[in-house]
Amino acid sequence: MKEDSTPAKLILEDETVYNGFSFGSETNTDGEVVFNTGMVGYTESMTDPSYRGQILVYTYPLIGSYGVTDHGWESSELQIRGVVAANYQPDYSHWHAVKSLGDWLIENDIPGIHGIDTRALTKKLRTHGVMLGKISINNQNQSGKITDPNKTNLVNEVSVKKPIWYGKSKKQILLVDCGVKTSIIDDFIKRGIKIKRVPWNYNYLKELNEFDGLFLSNGPGDPKMCKDTIKFTTEAFKSGIPQFGICLGSQIQALAAGANTYKLKYGHRGQNQPCILANSKKCILTSQNHGYAVKESTIPSQWQVNYRNLNDNSVEGIKHKSKPFFSVQFHPEANPGPTDANFLFDEFIKTL
Amino acid sequence: MSILKPKKVILLGSGGLKIGQAGEFDYSGSQAIKALKEEGIKVVLVNPNIATVQTDEDMADEIYFLPLTANIITRVIKKERPDAILLSFGGQTALNVGLELEDKGVLKKYGVTVLGTPTSSIRISEDRELFAKNLEKINVSVAESIAINTVQKGIRAAKKIGYPIMMRSAYALGGEGSGVVRNEQQLEKKLNEALSTAPQVLIEEYLGGWKEIEYEVVRDSYDNCVTVCNMENMDPMGIHTGESIVVAPSQTLTNREYHMLRSVAIKTVRHLKIIGECNIQYALDPKSEEYRVIEVNARLSRSSALASKATGYPLAWIAAKLALGYSLSDLKNSITKTTSAFFEPALDYIALKIPRWDLKKFKDADRTISSEMKSVGEIMALGRSFGEVLQKGLRMTNTGDIGLVANDKTIKDYIDIIKNPTDQRVFAIAEAFKKGMTIDAIHNLCKIDKWFLSKIKAIVEEEEQIKNNPLTKKSLLKAKQFGFSDEQISILKNTTENSIRSKRKKLNVLPVVKQIDTLAGEFPAKTNYLYMTYHGTENDIKKGGKQLVVLGSGPYRIGSSVEFDWCCVQAVKTIKKEGYKSIMINCNPETVSTDYDVCDRLYFDELSLERVLDIYEFEHPQGVIISMGGQIANNLAMDLQKANVKILGTSPNDIDRAENRSKFSKLLDTLNIDQPEWRELSSLSEAKKFAHEVGYPILIRPSYVLSGAAMNVAFDEVHLESYLQQAAEISKKHPAVISKFVEGAREIEFDGVAQNGELKVYAMTEHIENAGVHSGDAHAVFPPQKTYIETIRRTKKRLQEVLKALNITGPFNIQFLAKNNQIKIIELNLRASRSFPFVSKSTKINFAAIATQAILGKDINVDFKRFDLNYVTVKAPQFSFSRIKGADPILYVEMGSTGEVATFGDGYQEAVLKSMMAAGYSIPKKSILLSIGKDIDKTKMLPFINKLFKKGYKLYATEGTSDYLSKNDKKNIKLYKVSAKNKPTNAQNVLDCINSGKIDLIINIPRKYSRRELTDGYYIRRTAVDYQIPLISNLQIAKIFSNAICNLTEDDLTIKAWSEY
Repeated sequence: MKEDSTPAKLILEDETVYNGFSFGSETNTDGEVVFNTGMVGYTESMTDPSYRGQILVYTYPLIGSYGVTDHGWESSELQIRGVVAANYQPDYSHWHAVKSLGDWLIENDIPGIHGIDTRALTKKLRTHGVMLGKISINNQNQSGKITDPNKTNLVNEVSVKKPIWYGKSKKQILLVDCGVKTSIIDDFIKRGIKIKRVPWNYNYLKELNEFDGLFLSNGPGDPKMCKDTIKFTTEAFKSGIPQFGICLGSQIQALAAGANTYKLKYGHRGQNQPCILANSKKCILTSQNHGYAVKESTIPSQWQVNYRNLNDNSVEGIKHKSKPFFSVQFHPEANPGPTDANFLFDEFIKTL
Repeated sequence: MSILKPKKVILLGSGGLKIGQAGEFDYSGSQAIKALKEEGIKVVLVNPNIATVQTDEDMADEIYFLPLTANIITRVIKKERPDAILLSFGGQTALNVGLELEDKGVLKKYGVTVLGTPTSSIRISEDRELFAKNLEKINVSVAESIAINTVQKGIRAAKKIGYPIMMRSAYALGGEGSGVVRNEQQLEKKLNEALSTAPQVLIEEYLGGWKEIEYEVVRDSYDNCVTVCNMENMDPMGIHTGESIVVAPSQTLTNREYHMLRSVAIKTVRHLKIIGECNIQYALDPKSEEYRVIEVNARLSRSSALASKATGYPLAWIAAKLALGYSLSDLKNSITKTTSAFFEPALDYIALKIPRWDLKKFKDADRTISSEMKSVGEIMALGRSFGEVLQKGLRMTNTGDIGLVANDKTIKDYIDIIKNPTDQRVFAIAEAFKKGMTIDAIHNLCKIDKWFLSKIKAIVEEEEQIKNNPLTKKSLLKAKQFGFSDEQISILKNTTENSIRSKRKKLNVLPVVKQIDTLAGEFPAKTNYLYMTYHGTENDIKKGGKQLVVLGSGPYRIGSSVEFDWCCVQAVKTIKKEGYKSIMINCNPETVSTDYDVCDRLYFDELSLERVLDIYEFEHPQGVIISMGGQIANNLAMDLQKANVKILGTSPNDIDRAENRSKFSKLLDTLNIDQPEWRELSSLSEAKKFAHEVGYPILIRPSYVLSGAAMNVAFDEVHLESYLQQAAEISKKHPAVISKFVEGAREIEFDGVAQNGELKVYAMTEHIENAGVHSGDAHAVFPPQKTYIETIRRTKKRLQEVLKALNITGPFNIQFLAKNNQIKIIELNLRASRSFPFVSKSTKINFAAIATQAILGKDINVDFKRFDLNYVTVKAPQFSFSRIKGADPILYVEMGSTGEVATFGDGYQEAVLKSMMAAGYSIPKKSILLSIGKDIDKTKMLPFINKLFKKGYKLYATEGTSDYLSKNDKKNIKLYKVSAKNKPTNAQNVLDCINSGKIDLIINIPRKYSRRELTDGYYIRRTAVDYQIPLISNLQIAKIFSNAICNLTEDDLTIKAWSEY
């Protein structure tokens, strides 16, 4: 802790106050406060569009140790609204580091607060459920109600504005970008797939026959905000085109199939979420980052649960019983986190 | 694959504690036994380590205290007919024996299935060439490595790879015979040594300075894999992981590096078809993402024990279940009880391991640390910043340092130590920062990652801040968050520890209690696994109910090892039975007492006055038991009492009257109990005068020390002077005493329990060695075989007088000298002793449990047999001299053994032979080398030499001994000492003869009990150790061993379970 640190506060919507010190930009912020239990990969999570609108609490106490790396960016910018840590590490060390985490946050005008009992905070969020909150620097007054970012269309903020093409190949897929992570695009390119990345509300129905597969990406917030995406997905089922969804994409696929989604109390955010393939002993360890989930009782009869969370039994993947449509709630592209589920890209590509 | 349900499983333990293979295997074996018994499987355990929890009555169904040799195990198998065997819970010892049993066809013959990882996989992981080839197949990088079996081939291989090279010996525990070699001349010497014990040696690419990273991997028979923990060594490649400061999880790895190595680990483990637990070690280039797999341990290891404790994931229990065919998804996370065992723990704290060395104990020992393991134990510190865990950890090692800084020492040659690391390196780095060196400059010398260096620097800077600024709530909290203890702060502020504590409490700067729950708070967990930190504002728990605290034993070190952990575990179990909740405080990850299912609350924290008081004031227990954890706990007695802590058992004032040598000697004088002539040490001239009066040799004994630290025998004035100086250094607070050293006396020990000054239960043992050998290094016999009944009666009477005078309640250990039917008291410890488990298991009366009952005020009525037994038990010391390069392996008043074993026999000789074999001796096949200093000893040994001669042993002898033997018509081959003058031209040099592998046993009886001189005898002993030839350096042992090997063969040793005695 530096002697000259500016005091800062994290104030939750129920007015619980956590006192700490500022690092990063000395600006006030607000958002949905969520915790992540990963022990590495802060560059990755901070640039992950799924974290749009959120103040991210790291349960691992030391953050910033290896600086900001020149790789591992899951989008071109910082997506979070703020960072909460126990012990920020200004003295970073890594040959891949280009700057300190604090400097990066300053450049992007994003505040961080540290010196916080993040375990106490995590337990609070676990018992209470996710909460809105704000970071207030140097006791500045910060009045006004916090708007719930989930009520705004976050996907629209992070989705690409115009279609973009990637790769060269015979096989090509249409990737609906609801806030896609760079690693997902890389995973397809690596496998020699040509991609047309389109905005979340892009009407692709007329050009679907030009593609071998449809991919629904991850993204932030409540899936029900993506009305257009759901509508087009429902239509796409009729064409029978192979379909794969990740995270938000999985929820969109479920909604399009007629199932419902709900908000988890405090979400799954971490790199150690255990999943099991239905009717087998095959387990995979997955990286997750979602606040919403598919409600099992609402899954239509032509669909089945394909993966399940071993800790709380929640739905982690669904699959159509006869057609090549499937999706997973977790992140096979990892980054951050374990790469155990990476084979799912191959499984999808096999159906193309 | 379905669940296997063998009816009976044989489990191999790891034997006596030695460097590279210590108490962690008590933990892993105990967990395996629990896991099997839950399934209704009968467990047969073979382990001569009597001081373990796994050899307790309520653990395995049958326990064999026998040597872990293939022959003996074969006979156990033949008798017990188990249908399966577990090899991966007893360290390298069990693994090697298991493979030998398979090679000999024993397992096949008796239909014994190997559970868990198949032996074919173990063989691949153990044979480095095979291993490299296998990993190449799956594109996993391994360090370039060439296996050789002759010196010439080794030199050729090194030329090909290019110097410096890394030399490793195959099938070795703790990297024995490994090291960096920089030139051909060095290589030749090292190869000669290594090839004498290992069939194969590896010449490898040198990766000095690369990061050293480890993963603990678990795989089930359905091919599911998780990496439970990763760890980063602060000390980069070139220093054995057992010698490194290690942190979990890794600190300087990016997500990409972390998961690249994780994926490689899983790929490797799947390829090798490991079932259960496995450790994989990497070197990672700090300037690219190049990596090399260094090794894979296809068994539970020291690292896996550490990973278990660091994460709360019960690796050994899980490994045992997986060996039975369970899948990870069938099993629950044993901390949350609801979530799955298929997961990877998320830590919201950091865990730091620091090795504990005892190199100071060996004067000639080389204190540098490198690729061979020398540490004897370790500690683990938990906290939420690096400063916090580093300073906590350094205190936990119990070497007298109170943290990284503010220690009472100066390091002058810090640059040299940073470059050529010793056990003092971390302090040298701190010193370098104080002297103004930069992070870059230090990094260039040692290659430690700059991240770690910056943390060390921050502590040094904080020290200056504390010195120069007033203590406010804010500054005090900051200091505490950097891990400064009240004592450290008091030194920097020139005041007392107590005043800092009071101020801190007044300002409400208090640590908080946090739980270890494996999921970083994500799921609710009713875990009792706790630590304290200053990085927090909220306690995870509330104070408990009716509860008692047991202070643990701290790191394993010479003189305090698994025995005290055993005592603590018994105390905790007894407390529970008596209706209290138990709180355990300990910081040693290699123990059973720190298994979170042993006690009701486990504080994995410091055994310091400050932290014990923090816990006491938070928990408000009914009392504290200090007499089970050995010397660390015992030494806190007075200070805790001063702080109004309720100490249960013997009062601290009375403990002081026993521990303080001067007070104790005065007490004996008042009681009119005989003791060696003594004098309180006042001045050098007084000491000299005293020595002159009573005559040399003189024994120097500091107070409140364990295992005779700085205890010395002076044979002349010059030595007296230097030893007195040492004694004054080691114990400034407490007085040293000097006394007449009685030569040729027998040593007798009583272990027992008293209540309100009354003797309740006791066991008497006699040493085989004459007095002068530390009791921890001596062979002990129960019941006594050679002590007169008259002596015993008188000793007991004396004992009762002392117990009464000190009003003892609880455990005690007292040592007497007996000579010519005269007895003298030499030492009294008012705590459980090293020999408690030995006497408990020998008598089948649990002394530690009874002591706890006595302390709790229960009525004690034990009916016990004293001498009329149908068996004899012998405890033998286990030495690790081969690890401590340069040390003289001689027996002495200061303890040098790292562990012990004990066996039962129908007769005395059988028990001796079994126990010595369990400690690594074997019956010599053909040749024995004799080198006996004193003439009187030669005469005393002659009848036994006669027997050896008659038995057909070929005798080699050094000059004087050879002449003596020839005079007595014993044909022998004369060998010349290195220093011998006037050697004949065809003279055979003794060291060359030993090197050539001709000798099976060396009996070298030195002239005096001094560990201090580089004599010819020293070279003989040292060479014996370096070439792993059994060595006997004590006359009494030489006599009994000679007798035993002449009268008994290995087949005469009975295979009887403990329950059959």
